[in-house]
Amino acid sequence: MSKLILDRLKAEFGGDVLETSTFRGDDVAVIRPSRWREAAMFVRSDPRCDCDYFVDLSAVDRCDPRTDDLDMDDRFEVYVIASSLKLKHRIRLKTRVPSGEDPVIASLVPVWAGAGWQEREAFDLFGVRFEGHPDLRRILLYEEFKGHPLRKDYPANRMQPLVPYREGTVPLDRLGPFLTDEGMPLNRSPQRDDDRDEAL
Amino acid sequence: MEPLDLDYESHDLELPSEPMSLNMGPSHPAMHGTIRMVLKLDGETVQEVDIQPGYLHRAFEKMSERGTWSQVFPYTDRLNYVSPLLNNVGYALAVEKLLGVTVPRKGQIYRVILGELSRISDHLTCNGAMAMELGAFTPFLWMLKAREWVWEACEEQTGARLTHSFFRIGGAAAAPTAKFDPMVRALIPRVMEVVDESVSLLLKNRIFLDRTQGVGILTKEHAAQMGASGPVLRSTGIDFDVRKDKPYLTYGDVDFEVPVGEDGDTYDRFMVRLEETRQSARIIEQSLDLLKKIEPGSPDDAVSISDPRIVLPPKPEVYTTIEATIAHFKLIMEGVDVPPGEVYSYTEGGNGELGFFLVSRGGGNPWRVRVRAPCFLSLQACTEMIRGGMLADIIPTFGSINMIGGECDR
Repeated sequence: MSKLILDRLKAEFGGDVLETSTFRGDDVAVIRPSRWREAAMFVRSDPRCDCDYFVDLSAVDRCDPRTDDLDMDDRFEVYVIASSLKLKHRIRLKTRVPSGEDPVIASLVPVWAGAGWQEREAFDLFGVRFEGHPDLRRILLYEEFKGHPLRKDYPANRMQPLVPYREGTVPLDRLGPFLTDEGMPLNRSPQRDDDRDEAL
Repeated sequence: MEPLDLDYESHDLELPSEPMSLNMGPSHPAMHGTIRMVLKLDGETVQEVDIQPGYLHRAFEKMSERGTWSQVFPYTDRLNYVSPLLNNVGYALAVEKLLGVTVPRKGQIYRVILGELSRISDHLTCNGAMAMELGAFTPFLWMLKAREWVWEACEEQTGARLTHSFFRIGGAAAAPTAKFDPMVRALIPRVMEVVDESVSLLLKNRIFLDRTQGVGILTKEHAAQMGASGPVLRSTGIDFDVRKDKPYLTYGDVDFEVPVGEDGDTYDRFMVRLEETRQSARIIEQSLDLLKKIEPGSPDDAVSISDPRIVLPPKPEVYTTIEATIAHFKLIMEGVDVPPGEVYSYTEGGNGELGFFLVSRGGGNPWRVRVRAPCFLSLQACTEMIRGGMLADIIPTFGSINMIGGECDR
């Protein structure tokens, strides 16, 4: 059934579809990274593919630190699964991100808005950057976290450093403990704020 | 009594005209303890919201890579911990898809029944908690009372109330006990009675209706491209249910309907869940009949496959024969040898499409276990439901997507 998508993709993108396979009923196409977003857009907008339903996006680290070089080519594989609610078929598109210290691939947020959080998660856990993502921040971990834990060279028992107080607009150290004459400000009366400024 | 005669002109109280930032959660009871929302408010209207999950991240995917394939089961219990058996089934089916094996029919029906019991407990919890967050405490207590009966049945089968770890690669830990059929048959009408009674307190209640109808609306198009699934997606009017669209186990043999909503508001999500509990009860009753029809002694009459490379040998043999001892030892120490390959397998979990993406490089340990957590994507879609609404409406809206911390943050 979804053989059709694979055929359509091959007809449209030719040599940029690096391989296609069907394993246990899953249809997979590997796309050249330079045409990643284009291929996703095609799968979504082509009326015979019509994959309007975003299912999942994540990454796989293909590097085995025991045998492979950490700088190996195509270390990270990013995949996206999309499905058609009308035609009831689904496809998995994959691409192998050229590696280096800073793997970068085009973001799919313009194609499916749902890719937003999933790409943030892949960035968080694998360190793959998604170019064109409107808000690429860590999502499951905190911003001071060192490293990307789902990379195979991240040891599961690594300790993380303690996080110092965050500097920011909110003065965290002013939230308590309070001085003897201070309490939680319950009203917004300007007078009270003046009192406090003097006390400090 | 003195008249309230404040002179506003002379009082130099300045109301801020800038939008106000408000931090909601993570230690806010309605955020279920695990979500932080940073809101930008104009008066009581939410202009912008940044939902921040991750407070319950326990490295599910990293831990799974470190053990054998079977050692992932206890972790799956702790994903969606109000319907753990559905997660067990989802993961078991994914590994079985990679192995290319199918469980005998009795095992499949057994999985369906226990899974649907779990779904009832999931929906009871969600609907009850949502009603409670709107101040209706009684339906919550009644629904939890019913959930307790469901858990008693699960305990009778699996030995645990909450974290069952019951299903195995290639089957289940044990066959249905003798009490299973009568217990579940007796339980279903009682649970349904409590459900009807509880919702009768809500569905004619002005407060409940006003707080839920037309609130937290998600459009069809948005739900689909955001990847929302399960009751959240169906409430918008899209009839996508994995059990119907791609029937697995014995869902193709039972007759049930997929309830859909119209407006995609909080009320519709509540009603879809409510109707799904009733449909689950239908599925269970039909499945119990199917279970009776299995001929004793036929190949169908087993809960597990009999491949010694996948399923542990029976305990009496382990203790008395050397072959079974070795088989047991190798399966425990080395794990099931799963051939290289990668699959994405999906089932209908409590919150929607629960997918497992597994990568194997051969051998007993998974290379990658990825779980597509349905409520992570629903929570992302929740941004749209909240934006533009009132601050107080966040609570029922958030309650109605059934965000389960364990599943969302993994």
